[in-house]
Amino acid sequence: MRNAFAAAVTELAATDPRIVVLSGDIGNRLFDAFRAKFPDRFYNCGVAEANMTGMAAGMALCGLRPFTYTITPFGTTRVLEQIRVDICYHNVPATIVGTGSGLSYASLGPTHHSLEDVAFLRCLPNMTVLCPADAAEVHAAVAAVLTLPGPAYIRLGKKGEPPVHRQRPAFVIGRGITVRPGSDVCLLGLGTMVATAVEAAALLQERGVSAQVVSVHTAKPLDEDLLRECFARFALVAVVEEHSRIGGLGAAVAQWLAAQNPYPPARLLGFAAPDVFLHESGSQGYFRKSVGLTADAIAAEVLRAYGQGSGQARS
Amino acid sequence: MDHRSPSPPLDELAALARKIRGRVVEMSHAAKTPHLGSALSCVDILVAAYWGALRIDPAQPLDAGRDRFLLSKGHAATALYATLACRGFFDPQLLDRFNCDGGTLAEHPSLQCVPGVEAATGSLGHGLPLALGMALAQRIRGPRFRSFVLMSDGECEEGTVWEAALFAAAQRIDSVLAVVDYNKWQATGRSNEIMALCPLAEKWRAFGWSAHELDGHDLGALRSALTALPDGSGKPVALIAHTVKGKGISFMEDDNNWHYRIPTGDEVQAARRELGLADAPLATSQLPSPPAPLPKGEGTSP
Repeated sequence: MRNAFAAAVTELAATDPRIVVLSGDIGNRLFDAFRAKFPDRFYNCGVAEANMTGMAAGMALCGLRPFTYTITPFGTTRVLEQIRVDICYHNVPATIVGTGSGLSYASLGPTHHSLEDVAFLRCLPNMTVLCPADAAEVHAAVAAVLTLPGPAYIRLGKKGEPPVHRQRPAFVIGRGITVRPGSDVCLLGLGTMVATAVEAAALLQERGVSAQVVSVHTAKPLDEDLLRECFARFALVAVVEEHSRIGGLGAAVAQWLAAQNPYPPARLLGFAAPDVFLHESGSQGYFRKSVGLTADAIAAEVLRAYGQGSGQARS
Repeated sequence: MDHRSPSPPLDELAALARKIRGRVVEMSHAAKTPHLGSALSCVDILVAAYWGALRIDPAQPLDAGRDRFLLSKGHAATALYATLACRGFFDPQLLDRFNCDGGTLAEHPSLQCVPGVEAATGSLGHGLPLALGMALAQRIRGPRFRSFVLMSDGECEEGTVWEAALFAAAQRIDSVLAVVDYNKWQATGRSNEIMALCPLAEKWRAFGWSAHELDGHDLGALRSALTALPDGSGKPVALIAHTVKGKGISFMEDDNNWHYRIPTGDEVQAARRELGLADAPLATSQLPSPPAPLPKGEGTSP
């Protein structure tokens, strides 16, 4: 995804002179093409993320479209007040890009995990939160934020994620994209977990359960039309996210659901990280397994809950 | 922007500063708001900037080429509001509605709450990074302008100030000037005792800035120093302005109780007499009906 971001921003900068890239001393070689083509529009801001974020706001106040880029916790949590005051309170079109989100940089340890960023940024007024599922969605998301009047956050994984889309999808901020149609249950995937949700859907198909998968690339604003449709059509809706169960997409959907009247009959399941720091060493795959964010674990739990709820599962 | 600020003689500047100080004291009394000492200490800096140094036109407050002035010490908002009103950015009657329910002028300014306010400030350490972003924007796309930031000495304890200082020096951003209103006090004590700020000018020099110390109440020196930007060094400029908290009112000067104290009606009258202003009814209980709302600021200008 990070390569897709660099490619997208380089491509778009050719026709949009407002685009500026600010890097927090990472992305060695990543922005070589951008720097070669637009040397006056790239700044390595050093290991000084708060200044980088404030400068992005200052640029946006003068009509530019800056992107800040660094490892997710340092570009979000560390500088939350700069995002809140300088960017969101001013309501300027600066975009925060976080790389290594969720457990993508799991092996680097909890300082580099980001399982709370969606919660922190989702509650800021004016902020749009985008969690693209693959390289194609990253490209689309970068293009889409250039049309926004205000701030945005783009949550990236690392690189080499499996493609979810065969071709560049129609991408509208605030509208989920159906990745795989189904009729029994619906899996709402957030960003880095959409590919896993698709795998889980294939496993469910083997067990006779037809699962729809939607890439909910916009965690805020919530796609309420999509939710209304899903909770009307399916017996079970599951949110799958590489994020804390507190404050992420699952929590947003639960809050929306709790306010519905009449209350829809569909059951809501949440697959998310627990409210703990992950102290061991380990890979993304290891930690995803340990917190139940694998296709096997998701399929098994959906099957169990769906069977309990409807008696339709044929296993 | 070709427009230059008028540059009145120094005695007129001094009269403006006295008028603004009187207004600031009245606003603190009427709205029962603190930070009076902090507002009074920077009035001369504001007057020197707005009458002489800044390339601004109150009739075109969003002109893309205007110089930017950021009150990073947002708690001195009354001084900024009174200055902007006096300079013609908005109707001075609006000052009577300072801090009123549903009003536009809060204790800390928000972006374009009235014409001339370039940023929302109040959380310290935000103004300098914003100004650097503005400076890079004009470097990248033009039109050319300069960016001025007014900070407090306590504010220099924020890490973001020094992150920004390092970056500005590395990029040789010579269109930015930071004034430190060095009144030697912060909310609860002496700034040099709470944190080791001293020697402040040397710190800025060590960070690669062109730093100058001056009397922050010498209007002539302030105007010369503010006007001379860029200063030819190729570096960003820091003015360490030695000031007196509560300046201009004898019973407030260098008394940190006035960080939070609200002046009584009698104290307002005493202050006005010291400032050589005529006795005036206090703009408190008998407020005029609220003025028509201002046109909403456009927020940003490309």
